[in-house]
Amino acid sequence: MGKVTIPIGPQHPALKEPESFAITLDGEKIVHMNVNIGYNHRGIEKSCEGRTYTQAMYILERVCGICSHTHATCFIQGVEEIAGLEVPKRGLYIRTMIAELERMHSHLLWLGVAGHEVGFDTLLMYSWRDREIVMDLLELVSGNRVNYGMNVLGGARRDISPEQAKEILKGMDLLEERTKYYIQVASEEVTLIKRLSKVGYLSHEDALKLGTIGPTGRASGVDTDTRRDDPYAAYPELKFKVVTDNHNDVYGRVIVRLGELIESYNMVRQLVNNLPEGPISVKAPRKIGPGEAVSRYEAPRGEDIHYIKANGTEKPERVKVRAPTLANVQSVAKMLENGYLADVPIVIAAIDPCFSCTDRMIFSIKNPDGKATGSMDWKALREYSIEWHKKQGVDFSKAKIR
Amino acid sequence: MLESIFQIIVFPGFVFLSVAGVFAEYIDRKLYARFQNRQGPPWFQPVADFIKLLAKEDIIPEEAEPKLFSALPVVALTAAVTAIFYIPTWGLNALFSFEGDLVVVIYLLTIPTLAFFLGGWTSTSLYAMIGSVRTLTQLFAYEVPLFMAVLAPAILADSWSLSGIAAYYSQNPLRALFNLPAFFVALVAIQGKLERVPFDIPEAETEIVAGTFTEYSGRLLAYFRMAIDIEMVVCAALLSAVFVPLWVNAPALGVIVFLVKLLVMIFLFALFRSIFARLRIDQMVNFCWKYLAPAALFQLALNFILKGLLN
Repeated sequence: MGKVTIPIGPQHPALKEPESFAITLDGEKIVHMNVNIGYNHRGIEKSCEGRTYTQAMYILERVCGICSHTHATCFIQGVEEIAGLEVPKRGLYIRTMIAELERMHSHLLWLGVAGHEVGFDTLLMYSWRDREIVMDLLELVSGNRVNYGMNVLGGARRDISPEQAKEILKGMDLLEERTKYYIQVASEEVTLIKRLSKVGYLSHEDALKLGTIGPTGRASGVDTDTRRDDPYAAYPELKFKVVTDNHNDVYGRVIVRLGELIESYNMVRQLVNNLPEGPISVKAPRKIGPGEAVSRYEAPRGEDIHYIKANGTEKPERVKVRAPTLANVQSVAKMLENGYLADVPIVIAAIDPCFSCTDRMIFSIKNPDGKATGSMDWKALREYSIEWHKKQGVDFSKAKIR
Repeated sequence: MLESIFQIIVFPGFVFLSVAGVFAEYIDRKLYARFQNRQGPPWFQPVADFIKLLAKEDIIPEEAEPKLFSALPVVALTAAVTAIFYIPTWGLNALFSFEGDLVVVIYLLTIPTLAFFLGGWTSTSLYAMIGSVRTLTQLFAYEVPLFMAVLAPAILADSWSLSGIAAYYSQNPLRALFNLPAFFVALVAIQGKLERVPFDIPEAETEIVAGTFTEYSGRLLAYFRMAIDIEMVVCAALLSAVFVPLWVNAPALGVIVFLVKLLVMIFLFALFRSIFARLRIDQMVNFCWKYLAPAALFQLALNFILKGLLN
């Protein structure tokens, strides 16, 4: 068998969402890899422009099935900043608690998926069973398992009763015990270690160069975490450490995520024990702005950024979502250099990709001869952008680029 | 004559093997599920799967050679069934036996693997071709340790016939303990033959969809799956015939003892499947030549020495 190019995706058992990786193989070794994103445009940003801020928050909560609270909170923080709302402490604490519970269920889900990708289904079954504990807690607190809807403009939707607090603390103890067991499994199971260590290597320099964020970057020693670097919600008052690792491989990414789980349990304990008294929300105005804001938020997968532009009406003028996967997805090609076909699923899974959240419409630009082209090179893109800005009244043609 | 026909068709031949294969699959799946804290399938699930597949349309890829493509599942099935005739099942004597049938059984058990390889290769799908190359690569890795591990007890018993081996160890049951290292080698190598975790590399679902079986559907896939089930039973029977010196030469009781031995083997298979992750093909080949083959060689040398000392 000579060199063959095999398609992983858009439909493939290893991928939970449509995405295309064309992999050129020489035997089992990867020679070249092409990442194609853009199969899943849903038009969420545009649909936000036609809705009020509250409605837009609910739409944005549906960007991602795993980090739903992430996108809702990230958006609402920006809106509150524009409106100058002072969210009550208790509301912030509840928001932060949901955020950490979400991180737990996301990381536990990821652990199971990672197990499945290397053919270790027992790990998948175990970690997903334990994930039910945190899912039940989320249901107890918010009434929902996936899209919690815990935010309102100016605070939190539901309060937490002392009984619920007790249940949460009980759940944390149980989860911590289970997570310690998984840490033991990850450090002792021979076949698992064989499949994970030295796989998907991304050096510290490459991690910086490719702009990786979140656990993917932290496993290569990139010490960034929005919760610490640009604290929001209740994070300034919490004691926690940012887990980093210098294995630089998939094994390191497992270690980082398991370590973050332990940190999250401690954070939720602090939040529950120090829950301040008072109201959970303030009344928000219907019309916001004018003004604009960029909101940063540490999602389970890395930093999530929302840009909101308000024009003084009850609807946002522009909402832009940058999901964390966009920053990480290009590093996959680097990680798979000189890799094996067998490592493709786990390396892709190791960045914890969320393709549907990342994908935007691909605008295929017409050539002068009227035929649509699939892609543009850098030069053509620059020329196109200069032309476009000229029509808006700005001339960038003299601007220097590095 | 009539007895032989009965034995070929009913017990321990085709009918028994099909039923045993289906139940072995059920027990394997149920145990696997229980190990993973799941409920597992009901007892009729493998039968239901089989019937459902039989009712489905057979799709043969345009590029494939249709005759070869549809003959291969039957070849695999037949080879697996034929192997049981040389393995002692409920009594000390197999249905047919001659000096050297051990080699024939190993050979017959290789045919399904070759059928998987050809099936994948002829379907011309990329996933199937990568799967079939992996099947063959894996064959070269586990076949030698497996053969040496099964040969070692034969050396000590001074007979290359499975019935002869069974007779020897039923007279000297304690001597079977010498073969424990070979038993573990064979048990691990059999996982490669059956393409199960940690050696399910040729059909690694998350990498190459269904590997060699990607293009197979309907009845043909059903035959392949039946062949794998029967192969599992035959392999379990082979392991218990060579390594477990537990025989009762009475019809009813003998069958029960045989079934218990099969169950223990299938339990071990299911345990293997649930506690390991899938290895990569290079790691698998490395492991087989670095650890399994030397261990089997060590056993061979040990048994040569023991033979001189004991006999």
